[in-house]
Amino acid sequence: MLRGIRFPDDKDFSGCSIFGMMNVRGEKFNGEDMITAIANMKDRSNGLGGGFAAYGIYPQYADLYCFQMMYDDEGARKESEEFLEASFEIETAEIIPTRACEGVRESPLLWRYFMQPRQKVTCELEDVESFIVSVVMDINRKIDGAFVFSSGKDMGVFKGVGFPEDIGRFFRLEEYEGYSWVAHGRFPTNTQAWWGGAHPFNILDWSVVHNGEISSYGINKRYLEMYGYVCTLFTDTEVVAYAVDLLVRRHGLSVEDMAKVLAAPLWDEIDRMPAEGKQLHTALRQTYGSILMNGPFSIIISNRNQMIGLTDRIRLRPLVAGRSGDIRYISSEEAPMHLIDDNVEDTWIPRGGEPIIAELENIARPAAVEENLLSLSGADS
Amino acid sequence: MKSYILPEFLIDRDDYRCIRCEVCVRQCAFDAHWYDEEDDEVRVDEDKCAGCLRCVTFCPTNALIVRRNPNQIPENANWTNEVLHNIYKQAETGGVLLTGMGCDKDYPIYWDRIVLDASQVTNPSIDPLREPMELRTYLGAKPDALEIGRKKGKSSVLTKISPQLRLETPIMFSALSYGAISYNVCESLARAASEFGTYYNTGEGGLHRDLYQYGDHTICQVASGRFGVHADYLEAAAALEIKIGQGAKPGIGGHLPGEKVSAEISHTRMIPEGTDALSPAPHHDIYSIEDLAQLIYALKEATHWEKPVSVKIAAVHNSAAIASGMVRAGADIIALDGIRGGTGAAPTMIRDNVGIPIELALASVDTRLREEGIRNRASIVVAGGIRSAADVVKAVALGADAVYIGTAALVALGCHVCQKCYTGKCNWGIATQDPYLTKRLNPEIGTRRLVNLLTGWSHEIMEILGGMGINAIESLRGNRLRLRGVGLSEEELRILGIRHAGA
Repeated sequence: MLRGIRFPDDKDFSGCSIFGMMNVRGEKFNGEDMITAIANMKDRSNGLGGGFAAYGIYPQYADLYCFQMMYDDEGARKESEEFLEASFEIETAEIIPTRACEGVRESPLLWRYFMQPRQKVTCELEDVESFIVSVVMDINRKIDGAFVFSSGKDMGVFKGVGFPEDIGRFFRLEEYEGYSWVAHGRFPTNTQAWWGGAHPFNILDWSVVHNGEISSYGINKRYLEMYGYVCTLFTDTEVVAYAVDLLVRRHGLSVEDMAKVLAAPLWDEIDRMPAEGKQLHTALRQTYGSILMNGPFSIIISNRNQMIGLTDRIRLRPLVAGRSGDIRYISSEEAPMHLIDDNVEDTWIPRGGEPIIAELENIARPAAVEENLLSLSGADS
Repeated sequence: MKSYILPEFLIDRDDYRCIRCEVCVRQCAFDAHWYDEEDDEVRVDEDKCAGCLRCVTFCPTNALIVRRNPNQIPENANWTNEVLHNIYKQAETGGVLLTGMGCDKDYPIYWDRIVLDASQVTNPSIDPLREPMELRTYLGAKPDALEIGRKKGKSSVLTKISPQLRLETPIMFSALSYGAISYNVCESLARAASEFGTYYNTGEGGLHRDLYQYGDHTICQVASGRFGVHADYLEAAAALEIKIGQGAKPGIGGHLPGEKVSAEISHTRMIPEGTDALSPAPHHDIYSIEDLAQLIYALKEATHWEKPVSVKIAAVHNSAAIASGMVRAGADIIALDGIRGGTGAAPTMIRDNVGIPIELALASVDTRLREEGIRNRASIVVAGGIRSAADVVKAVALGADAVYIGTAALVALGCHVCQKCYTGKCNWGIATQDPYLTKRLNPEIGTRRLVNLLTGWSHEIMEILGGMGINAIESLRGNRLRLRGVGLSEEELRILGIRHAGA
């Protein structure tokens, strides 16, 4: 199922549900609520893809890279393992535990590896993370029938073809404890369902879930190719993940500035900014215009410390933020928050292009959102 | 010697409608009409008719019809009327065939074989009348990465960005030199570019002192003849362009006949009045890529590194490799001029047979620069046969940052593409220096017509972008997935980097 379909330059289109939940004090909870929440937005998916990402789930291997892999067959597994062994010490290799679940069929072989690059490899490297990225690219591109769907530390992605709640049960997510989770239900308009194409999409510890269509995909992809990212996934979401990796990890931009690249302020707004902001945003658009994400989207981008919600700059897809004690929510809809949590204190709809950032310890709300919140609460009283 | 050339056009005059007002007589600088006082008749000398339709347009009673001469030689796919015409002409004169405007031969126009995408269902189209739609474009070298410093949670840019040109629409006016065209045309272009927030290009004829006020919207060209190039000229410009070649006549120079070199042109070009202005075929200080680099840096140095430097070449077989060299030599903008690019005068054989279509050159240059990872280091501007907003959109999607329009701008000013620019008798007051003719073009009205054209095209571009669900031009630039070919071979599709419609 993974064979032979990974090099199209096209994307597929999908409508979707996204849901993110983070405990900012780092306290862990299992995947049960996530499954309930995403199942509540069932009409946003059509059974052709669902998935989850969870942070903090492998504390016993916290310092090791965890590669979660899909294989078509044993041949692909052997080839990949040989490839990995050349440059990694593999501490543990195991089958990812699953249970039989109605609605989840034809799963590929699912394996995970906890490992670190061999000494002789790392001593020649300036940048271990770039090496990891290149290994992921190599496997996904060159080994037919093998696919790396998760490559971070102390985190994992679980995804496949089916409704998200079925995928969650299939992967036994109630058995995992993490402090930050995202989930995705997919509605591809393209019937060619394949496991790798489900969300979240992951590279290192960045995960992206996405609702929408990136109309600028053609140029986003060509720009990222110049920086060595090869889009192999048959979905436009991966360009978001690569763009984030390029901007934040490689170019050192802050998450806020990164968000302003993906959903840039309009020139009209930039022209009205004070000098420094004007210079910053003009330079960002001049330099990174080719990875402006154009077209309707709402996304949740996560890493070990943060959960970032963002919509396109004219907000053509829904996104709601909420909080409840130490928990932060970002969701396509508000209802699932209330379904799993009776104590949701406030919810608000961020403006188009305004990032919502939940961080371990504290959540930052941009000034514009505060304004928005006020007007929302004041409307009926 | 009796000429064997038949008139190209016949002029039919409806005697019942004709009121003997002699407008046609006065309008035709080619003297195709004359008034016979004795018989009170307006008569024609059809051998002289250029087919520019000036008389037809201005005849107050619609008494005139200019039509192609039906007296053609027997049909022959090989020995066409045009071929015979050319041979007779050369047998009678022994000269090189001259022509004006762009190549009129039937090479494939790829713009017409490419169709555009639009949003349906999965992605809402955007109504540009209700939602923001951004065409602003910056031309110049961009950094590969931005270094951003943070103080007290505030970001500021540490990277110094190279000088940029800011365009409010991705359309500029192509190089048209003062000398080839009249002062009034130059003024119309300068004022329209300034008003709309884009740029016009001086061509190689220098910059008239009265136009220095529009310098912020002027690209000053430095060509092989170095006409009018001096410190103030470089200083006045917003950007400089080294002209290596021109789509209408790749590999050869230019020749402005002495009769066009009036006092004003002599002053502007810094050559004696009435002398021929000869542009050598190559720059005599550029015989290699490293020589080009020297001139690029000399110009940057001379203008304090404050202006982007463009290098313009004709699109030829090896454009992609040449463009790569130009970027590495320090060019901030690569201007490509295709085989259909216009000219004031060119040898017909060169114009019609040398160079390649701009669509293919653009696609291969953009692809090559990306493969080499240097696409950020220069902007690409294409010229040569951009006829409509749709052509602009297709060019941008193939990878252009902006386009130059030359012929389209002149058509907006009245040009009827009769291809007789080289005669200096342009009845529309465009490609002439005859004061009787140049005053026909009022710069006030010329400016209006050009601004209207840019306005109309920009609206159309916004409409097309909105249909694609895109609200900023940078999301279209190089986005070849939004293009499909119709009726193209696999090889053509491969070079263009697009798929066939239906796939």
